[in-house]
This record gives sequence, C-alpha cells and structure tokens, in this order.
Amino acid sequence: MCGIVGLFLKDRDLEPQLGALLSGMLVTMTDRGPDSAGIAIYGTPAEGKAKITVQSPEPEAVFPGLEAALAEASGGSAAVAVKSTHAVITLDAGKVPAVRAALAGMSGIRVMGVGEAVEIFKEVGLPKDVIARFEIAKMTGSHGIGHTRMATESAVTTMGAHPFSTGADQCLVHNGSLSNHNGLRRVLRQKGMTFETENDTEVAAAYLTAEMAEGKNLGEALDGALDDLDGFFTFVVGTKSGFGVLRDPIACKPAVMAETDQYVAFGSEYRALANLPGIETARVWEPEPATVYFWEH
Amino acid sequence: MPVIDLATTPLRELNQALHDAAAPGHNDTEFEVINPKGAHAVAVGVSAPVTVEVKGSVGYYCGGMNEQASITVHGSAGPGVAENMMSGTVVIKGDASQYAGATGRGGLLVIEGNAASRCGISMKGINIVVRGNIGHMSAFMAQSGNLVVLGDAGEALGDSLYEARLFVRGAVKSLGADCIAKEMRPEHLELLEGLLAEAGITDARPEEFTRYGSARTLYNFNIDNADAY
Repeated sequence: MCGIVGLFLKDRDLEPQLGALLSGMLVTMTDRGPDSAGIAIYGTPAEGKAKITVQSPEPEAVFPGLEAALAEASGGSAAVAVKSTHAVITLDAGKVPAVRAALAGMSGIRVMGVGEAVEIFKEVGLPKDVIARFEIAKMTGSHGIGHTRMATESAVTTMGAHPFSTGADQCLVHNGSLSNHNGLRRVLRQKGMTFETENDTEVAAAYLTAEMAEGKNLGEALDGALDDLDGFFTFVVGTKSGFGVLRDPIACKPAVMAETDQYVAFGSEYRALANLPGIETARVWEPEPATVYFWEH
Repeated sequence: MPVIDLATTPLRELNQALHDAAAPGHNDTEFEVINPKGAHAVAVGVSAPVTVEVKGSVGYYCGGMNEQASITVHGSAGPGVAENMMSGTVVIKGDASQYAGATGRGGLLVIEGNAASRCGISMKGINIVVRGNIGHMSAFMAQSGNLVVLGDAGEALGDSLYEARLFVRGAVKSLGADCIAKEMRPEHLELLEGLLAEAGITDARPEEFTRYGSARTLYNFNIDNADAY
C-alpha cells in the first residue's frame, strides 16, 4: 500500500499553515502505511545560503560537536539546528561540496537532503509520532510532500523511508513497486549516481535526477519515466519551485487531487484532502494514467 | 429519519443500523449520512429496501454487495463503488474511481460524473450508466449486464468480453481483444431507452449510441447457451 500526500500553495497567506495542513493530511493516511513516515517541506530560500538535512542513529553523540567539526569545511558558516534524530545545517551555498565531503568522512551521520529550500525528515514509526518528533505542524513553507510507508521492496529502516532525495532540492515519494530497479540502478551507477539503499524508490528518484542533470525539466523527466520504469507507481515529486504527479499507465495505485485558488493538493485517497480549507468547493479529480501533471511557482 | 454523523459515529454503527433495517420490528426506511469525509465501506452489505442519502464524498467500496437499497452519494466515490451489487440502486452524483460496479450481479449503478479505469470489470448482470467518460480497461471480462456511457471510453474497452452489452455515445479510444462494434437492432434501442429512463437521463437518445459486444472468438461461445447470459 503506502499513502502519499502533497500540498502546493498558491496563496502565500497559507504558508504559515503548510506544516499543520500537511501533518493532518499525513496522519489520515496512517492505515495505508504505519511502518514509517517522512515529509519534505520547501521553505523560502535565504540569499546565498543552502541547507543540508542530516540524520543520525545516535544524535546525542554526534550532533553537539557537529558545528565545530564542520567549521573548517564551511568557512565558519555552518549553523546546526537539531530536531530529534535529524539536524538541519544552514551554510554558505558555495561550501556545500566541501561540507558534504566532510560529512562523508564522519561516522554515524547520513545526508537526507540538500538544497536551498528543502528540509527532509523521516523516521520509522507511526506518522503521528514522526510528525510530533520533528514538530512538522509548526513548519512554514510554500509546498511539501509526505509519505506513509507499508514496506514491500526493502527493509523498514529510516533510510528506506520516503521521501528520497537524490539531487539538490529534489525529492520523490512513491506508492507502488518497481520491477526493473536493479538493472536501472546499475545503469545509473555507471552514470555516476550514488545510492544509499537497495530501495526501488531511490532508483526512481535518482533516475529523475540524472535525467534533469542532462537538461530535461521535471515534466520531460517524468515523461521519460513512463518508458524507462517498469512496475506500479504513483509518484509525487518535489522541486525547489514546484511539484509534479505521475501515475503508471495501469494506474491501480489510487490518487486524487484537489485545486482551489489557494492550493493544489494530492492524496492517495480523498480522506487526506477532506479537512483542507475550501475543499467543499474545490475542483476534485482523479489524475489520468500516464499523464504528467506539474505546478510551479 | 435517522441522521448518522460519521464525524461522531463509528462506521460499524452506521452499517449495523442499515443491516438491522431488514429485521422484523425495524421501521426506519430512510437514512441520512453526514460527514463521510472519504470513509471506506459506507453502506456496505445493506439487504433491505431502504434509502440512504450520503451527504459528501466516500472512499473505497461504498454500497458494496447492495441488495434492494437505494443509495445516493452526493459527492464522489472512491475505488470499488457498488462492487458485487446484487440489486437495488446506487447513484453517485460526482465521479467514481476505479473498478466501479466490479463483479456486480444485478441492480443499477448510475454515475453522473466520470468513472475511472476498469469500470464494470467482470460485471455479471449489473446495469451501469455513466453520464461522463470511463477509463481504460472498462468492462474487462464482462459477462452479462449492460454498460451505458454517454461520454467517451478509454483504451481497451471490453477486453476479453463475454456477453455483456456495451453502449457508448462518444468516442472509444481503443477496443480490447475480441470486442467489436455491433449493429443496433430494435431490441437494443428498446433496452437502452429503458436503461436511460431508469437512470433519469432525458437528454440522450438511444440512436446516438454504438453497441459493442463480444466477437465470440476468444471463449467457447455456444449458441445453445445464449439464454444463460
């Protein structure tokens, strides 16, 4: 199964409520995926700054010294904000490669996502507990996506939870299972992509990242996915400025969308959308199979 | 008339009240359900001639296995609406998600909006009338009954069809294996006129539809068994 939610705000007045709205949507999808949950929220980028979200299984040991440990690589720009098992490192954008290299040399710390706008939080456990642990309901932002996981293709671990981020400000959540992910992972490794897990969804995320690195926009990359990915999928993809939706041609994984003047919302089921403001008068529809949808700010 | 608020009443209480309506000594025949908010399995397994008005959208399997009841959803329905319906009527004022009316054995399912993929899959006697369009693989392996579509049909309509009759007013994107267009004979026009009337549709004429059915090359059709459908 698995549950997916996504919310793209058109009305900036709703931005302070993004975390609260997405949290409510995610919790309604608990019975589609009680194993683990994750959320990616896109905030307003700060001029010249980037963010790296990291996770540690031993946060008490690793995070207190992190700022000092990254001082040299970040030119003194790294500021660490700890949230439970995750920490968001804000730093000068130009220092990202050096800091990533430094992080790669540390033990007990893993990168969840990198970008100017995105922060990613995911953990094993019930969605309501994951939401509370990272105080998602207090977060503000322009758009976000979330996932509740019922695992099929790989183990129930933090790293196997969604969203998967394989490129700057890119992330993907998935309901379904891919059958050609092993072969595609080999091809993508040859192109220089790196993988953290044996998970099928990470391959889909890396595929889109690789396609966009070759100059495609999100819509073109999603179009390519229809030919190159084999299996069942409903994807919701986040980028710095927008989000996209794609269902495989068979489309047996459910999906429903709603649009008002204030937002575009996605849910695996209508239940996830039922408490959004103005849903009574929203345009609600089921996205067509094999059809790319995307919205940008 | 009992009004059941799903914001405060567990779903099982609603369905139990509807099941109890068939028992002696229960006189309620009209029920209203408010705040469904996409709940699953609303009004499933009803087996009494009651009316159920659902004010809002429902999730999976609304009206499943219905027998005799008239269920109206003033909103949209999730996957599997009226699945395996036996008799009675289910009306969806909005859209229906995938496999609407799947395996239905009788009764009438009316979808006033669009139906998604696999509408009427494996239908076995149910009548389905869709005012809008239907998605791909609709009426897959449909055995008997009638599927009427005022709009367009998606890819692979009627794939591996048995003896269900399909009537489509709009365009068909493609026909599935062993599904072909057939002549509209007087008995089909008469049948369709009755189905449209039963569904409350007054702005479509039977002559505007094309009939599709099985070419009977995929399965072992024997004319001596025609009465069985």
